[in-house]
Amino acid sequence: MRRSTLIGGSLVVVFFLAAWLIKGAGASGESPYYSAFLITLAAFLTLAVFSFLYADNPVYKFAEHLFVGVSAAYWMVLGFWQTLVPNLIPRISRALSEQLELEYIDELWNVLYVIPVVLGILLLLRLSRKLGWLSRYAVAFIVGTTAGLNFIAYTRSNFMAQISSTFLPLVGDWTSWAAFVDNLSLSATGPLALLMANIVVVLGVVCGLIYFFFSREHSGTFGMASRLGIWILMITFGASFGYTVMGRISLLVGRMTFLLRDWLGIIAS
Amino acid sequence: MTTGVIFTLVVIGGALAYFAWRSLRGKEIDRRLIFLVIGATVALPLIFPLEFEHQPSPLVERIYERIEALPPGSQILLSYDFDPGMAPEVQPMADVITRHVLARGHRIAFMSLWATGQAQLNQTLNNVIPVDFPEAEIERDWVNLGFKAGNEGVLRVIASDLPKMFPTDVEGRPTAGMPALEGIRSAGDFDLVISFGGGKPGPREWILFVADPTGVDFAAGTAAVSAPELYPYYPNQMLGLMGGAKGAAEYETAFMGQYEQFADMPSPGRRIMGPLTMAHIVILALIVLGNVIYFRSRRERGTA
Repeated sequence: MRRSTLIGGSLVVVFFLAAWLIKGAGASGESPYYSAFLITLAAFLTLAVFSFLYADNPVYKFAEHLFVGVSAAYWMVLGFWQTLVPNLIPRISRALSEQLELEYIDELWNVLYVIPVVLGILLLLRLSRKLGWLSRYAVAFIVGTTAGLNFIAYTRSNFMAQISSTFLPLVGDWTSWAAFVDNLSLSATGPLALLMANIVVVLGVVCGLIYFFFSREHSGTFGMASRLGIWILMITFGASFGYTVMGRISLLVGRMTFLLRDWLGIIAS
Repeated sequence: MTTGVIFTLVVIGGALAYFAWRSLRGKEIDRRLIFLVIGATVALPLIFPLEFEHQPSPLVERIYERIEALPPGSQILLSYDFDPGMAPEVQPMADVITRHVLARGHRIAFMSLWATGQAQLNQTLNNVIPVDFPEAEIERDWVNLGFKAGNEGVLRVIASDLPKMFPTDVEGRPTAGMPALEGIRSAGDFDLVISFGGGKPGPREWILFVADPTGVDFAAGTAAVSAPELYPYYPNQMLGLMGGAKGAAEYETAFMGQYEQFADMPSPGRRIMGPLTMAHIVILALIVLGNVIYFRSRRERGTA
């Protein structure tokens, strides 16, 4: 290890230890040093991830690996204790229910509850070289049922319902146009605003579809509609990008708020 | 305008002017400097708060009006389908909706399709209910059903049989006979279902597997990244939508404007809008600057 790395690392450790002790001394509550330790640890991990913006480094790698490991364990433990235990054990075993202090559900013994257990065990056999092939049965079951169930849901909600939502009235009351122009804004409401929104939706869908229709040359009126389709798509991508920026900056604001309020106490809660 | 706000504007304006000056002279800007400026753009408006006016949009207003129109005692299902990454945008929505629902005297069933959502749900249960509604009783006014693994599978089951998936609440108490879940056989029996999320499973899966098959009124509060893909479901398949921090700020404005006792409540959605707006302005300025440089260099290449 290089000497500069060692000195830098030591300084970081000393800094966060000092931050923890100062935070703990100023905190109140039942266990101030423990809560101060958690906040300081969270601040360290946040800054460790931010350090990637400067350059890739071992501290960032540590935080990244810790996150992946803790997340996987958290999901697994919660899934086991909150889904598998309360939903399965009281339905298949009175003795186990009593041992885990769960209320036994006295209903007719149902083989359907055992099938998922068997499939789950088969899935875990993937860890064995000799018996790993058995996990394919569980995977095949998951793929088959998911595809089948999703096919129905997507056809109903994302295909039929979306087509039905595009059948909008394009003729309506144009007499309110003067009031509409008077109150012209992006959040304008009323029958005329609705009518114009309907026209944009129908035109957008039709032109967007025409752009992806390649069985005919994109020229003349058809070409104009296709070019309008490109514009519609570009505006959609722009809106998505804008929202993405908003989401990412919100995330940064969240971490900044944590650092400035919870850790450093610069801003009020 | 306070000195702090002027200082913020001077720092941001100075940084942009420096970028413009350097770029127009054909010199590169270190990307780390841009990160630093974005960091300052977000931090300074947090230290010296910038407030903006917010007007609820029709998509947000419809959710608000729906909760207002329900008779007291109505049952509402709130699903926390997000993680700490989405929390700065989505947690404020979940908190203000919880306040609104309880202030109207409705009953809440909380649940989560994300393991991390349960920790976020605990934030509401620890910071909102005991502080603002100490009289609200567990089992009678609200119930925490907790997290269930299974994604769309969970939704398919609760669309037809909720007690089968949730025989107990998160603490292991049997849900049968709980007043908060009185008369509820499936998710379709709730008066309103709201999913807070933005990933998978999230609002889209709720529409596909619960709202459309059962016909229950459904609304969503979502992270900004996912908002554009949810717009097509409005208004026929989704009652309303709160998109990103802006949606949270709009809802907080509507709620705090009408309920005087909550006029001074924490409003993280509105507070986030100051830094968010400044960061957007800086990013827009950088995009414009980048385009100016691009067209300028293209013209220079053309004349060379």
